[in-house]
Amino acid sequence: MGAILHDLVFDYTLRTVALGSAVLGLASGALGALAMLRRQSLLGDVISHAALPGVALAFLLTGSKAPLALVAGAGVAGWVATLAVGGIVRASRVKSDAALGLALSVFFGAGLVLLTFIQRRPDAAQAGLDKFLFGQAATLLAADVATMAALAAVALAALAVLWKEFKLLAFDPDFAAILGYPTRRLDVLLTTLLVVAIATGLQTVGVVLMSAMIVAPAAAARQWTDRLGRMVPLAGLLGALAGVAGAVLSSTTARLSTGPVIVLCATAIVLVSLGFAPRRGLAWQALRQERARRRLRSETVLIDLYRLAAQHERPADVAHARAVLRAMGTGAGSRRALADLEARGLVRRAGRDDWSLTPAGVAAARAHLAGRDDAEVAS
Amino acid sequence: MNRAIAAAERPGAATPAIEVSDLTVAYRERPVLWDVDLSVPSGILMAIVGPNGAGKTTLMKAILGLIRPAAGRVLVHGRPGGEQRRLVAYVPQRGSVDWDFPTTVLDVVTMGTYGALGWVRRPGRRERERALAAIAKVGMQDFVGRQISQLSGGQQQRVFLARALAQDAQVFCMDEPFQGVDARTERAIVALLQDLRAAGRTVVVVHHDLQTVPEYFDWVTLLNVRRIASGPVADVFTERNLRLAYGGRVAFLARDPGSGPDPATSEGGRGRA
Amino acid sequence: MTAPQLEIQAIAVVTAIACAMPGVFLVLRRMAMLSDAISHSILLGIVLAFFATRDLTSPWLVFAAAVTGVATVSLVELLQRTGRVREDAAIGLVFPALFSAGVILISRHAGGVHLDTDAVLMGELAFAPFDRLVVAGRDVGPRALWMMGGILALNGLLTAVFHKELKLATFDAGLAAALGFAPAAVHYGLMSVVSLTAVGAFDAVGAILVVALMIGPPAAAYLLTDRLSAMIGLSALLGAVAAVAGYWVAHALDASLAGCMAVMTGALFALALLLAPERGLLVAARRRQRQRWDFALAMLAIHLAQHEGQPDEHVECLPDHLSDHLRWAPDFAARVVDLARRRDLVVERAGLLALTEAGRDLARAAMVR
Repeated sequence: MGAILHDLVFDYTLRTVALGSAVLGLASGALGALAMLRRQSLLGDVISHAALPGVALAFLLTGSKAPLALVAGAGVAGWVATLAVGGIVRASRVKSDAALGLALSVFFGAGLVLLTFIQRRPDAAQAGLDKFLFGQAATLLAADVATMAALAAVALAALAVLWKEFKLLAFDPDFAAILGYPTRRLDVLLTTLLVVAIATGLQTVGVVLMSAMIVAPAAAARQWTDRLGRMVPLAGLLGALAGVAGAVLSSTTARLSTGPVIVLCATAIVLVSLGFAPRRGLAWQALRQERARRRLRSETVLIDLYRLAAQHERPADVAHARAVLRAMGTGAGSRRALADLEARGLVRRAGRDDWSLTPAGVAAARAHLAGRDDAEVAS
Repeated sequence: MNRAIAAAERPGAATPAIEVSDLTVAYRERPVLWDVDLSVPSGILMAIVGPNGAGKTTLMKAILGLIRPAAGRVLVHGRPGGEQRRLVAYVPQRGSVDWDFPTTVLDVVTMGTYGALGWVRRPGRRERERALAAIAKVGMQDFVGRQISQLSGGQQQRVFLARALAQDAQVFCMDEPFQGVDARTERAIVALLQDLRAAGRTVVVVHHDLQTVPEYFDWVTLLNVRRIASGPVADVFTERNLRLAYGGRVAFLARDPGSGPDPATSEGGRGRA
Repeated sequence: MTAPQLEIQAIAVVTAIACAMPGVFLVLRRMAMLSDAISHSILLGIVLAFFATRDLTSPWLVFAAAVTGVATVSLVELLQRTGRVREDAAIGLVFPALFSAGVILISRHAGGVHLDTDAVLMGELAFAPFDRLVVAGRDVGPRALWMMGGILALNGLLTAVFHKELKLATFDAGLAAALGFAPAAVHYGLMSVVSLTAVGAFDAVGAILVVALMIGPPAAAYLLTDRLSAMIGLSALLGAVAAVAGYWVAHALDASLAGCMAVMTGALFALALLLAPERGLLVAARRRQRQRWDFALAMLAIHLAQHEGQPDEHVECLPDHLSDHLRWAPDFAARVVDLARRRDLVVERAGLLALTEAGRDLARAAMVR
């Protein structure tokens, strides 16, 4: 651990990789949060796949691997794909799912075609474009990271400046229009920022898996808070965490593309969030349900015991075997239910497996039955 | 009716709250509203009723300035579309809201102040106070920090009404506010709308339950692509107009369809509430 | 044409038709993106089964991959049912994770073996003819052709046998349930078929072309016909055309086969979008142009009918006033009035427009609509 921390600060490659991954996680997490809330989770998938022909074309046209050129190519192609999806949905009866899938596969196919052209070029400069498929953070240069950071900073600054407008657009676009905001232009701008965020991650995560960095940090962050103002920064932080963790893991292990490792880190964060986030965590929900089920079962046993005992003159003095309770349909949980009731002082053990109500138990059962009658009368 | 007429004749209410003239709206060159004229005095509670596909929601969207008409225009308090912004507020249909959106009651209501704020500026203390005052007016002050999915149907409606109040709107538009709420909530919302009317606001509601029109509203517009009739409920909500709007499909209004009044002889007969 | 060329095209055509059949139902049921998810995540199943059997030709690979495909769909549904994430986000969470796990396993442990990650996406159709199926010492053809042929036969059989159930569950799940056809069973049956088809096609053409072939041709056919059986037939035809056209384009450009075929499905869809006889953009534009005038005439007639004989007649029926009240540009208003006059719908009387009998009929007809 200490060694990794030391390398993070002093090792050029590791530092560069970690910084680059942090930048991409921050930008895609924050902008992905808004995209997810606007039901654009799968649009991220399309934009990132569509970036491939953009990257390839930019390389073919400029002959340079300068990140700015490639990112620009990716951005333009991503935009064209987004427009194509919107256009198909508006102009025909083809639904958005088919339009998304079509744009994704056709653009990616075009990218594969262009890649074969690149591979045939004599200059060996093509080596390295493959990394756009699955990402190879180890090839990041400090200059690349600087470019990415600048792009991400611009995107995040735009998000901060127009925060109120974007929030309105995401929550209630009709209301934004009524207040006089140009929703169409805001929509275009926010989607552009998403395209930029995706483009910054292509070198590290790759086009195939970049969509996960749009969805996963957002889905994780949503579990921890009910406020957009906290969810968006948190998604950025979780994205950065996944990015750094994945990049460090993959660069310390041989033969590992960065993209898949980052995605698995992000997935792990999602699983932890889904399971254990304070209010929405599924573990707590299961616990609450189990507790409610247990209470209900012990109440059933309590009332069954009371019904049996009520036939006698002094209910608290008669004991009944657990087998009788089982026969009344309380079923498998009766042992545990009786233990719960005993702990609450409502029943006591009278024989080896015989049970009777305590006076407190009689009172509780009566109160309970009275309450139930009230409820029946009310409804 | 009398109250509505009184409102219409009140000095200062001379300009109608909503004035729609020659309004035609078409989707892909297919008309949804044909040449609709409408004049709604301020300070009334109006229902828009009509069969499915009659263009009720479209009319409301036109009043809100959300769609561009093919012809005609809408004035709100004498001002044309674009300028009337912020005078009109809307309460979205329950189904169209993303209730799981990470936002709280205070947050939603504060959005009502965004129009007056303009670009980039963030809501400050003044906006927060305005939002809190609006929340208090609808009796939701105990729920300020709640996420909106953790409210009952009636409370959710009240939050959006508070947003409209924070917007300082004069005209409130609601699309089927009673859909999917229980009877008690429905009565609570109606009481709230009546309070708004008492405060001089105009409320326009797309409504589908004909039975409750006379009880809840004082003004009604019957619509079926064209305007069939519009005016005080007592004058306009007649069986004849209903038949014009719904075709033969208003039989359920008569207590006993077999012995119901003959449509030809029941001019002016009221739909029973 | 050489024999390998013919065989490559045969494999591609058979794959395209096999993909088109389940694809139609995916598109109609608005689950097209599940094909993307399934075709990626089956990689994990293939890799795991490979580690278990150490044999790339084992039928267990196909089985394990198909199971992974169905498991992907169940995982998406499970996540969605927790109420914590929506369906689209659930898809976007599940398949990248499974795919990533597959890619990592390959690069860590299967180095040097036939499995490699680029091939996963692009397929290796060009090499498919060299992998022969030998039965009892005799070469009976490329293995991929037999594999996809078998899947095609299975898909064709299932589509024919369960045509009614699929149709019902697709268009009216509620009715299907009421009639006793379990829509869930149909759903999972379809997902199994999609997974199996994706697995078979995966090896030959790669994940991306599977998605293109499952979505592109059915989406194009959806624009061309309203009948389900015609849509299935058309999808198969369009898929086959895209495969052959893609082959020859790739041949001419010396480029990726899968890429060119995917682009061809897009090109065919674009053609359908533009030229479809009833829904094509060109036809729609022409129809809208015509409707625009009809609509304007009807609007004029209704406007005049509404104000004829009313106190405001002298304003509302002035030709110059139309542009103001109907919000028409003045020259457009003049052209509409001109057209109405030529069609004998209006006459001008004392400077005011008045409807003729024909004009009044038009107004009435338009209002009843």
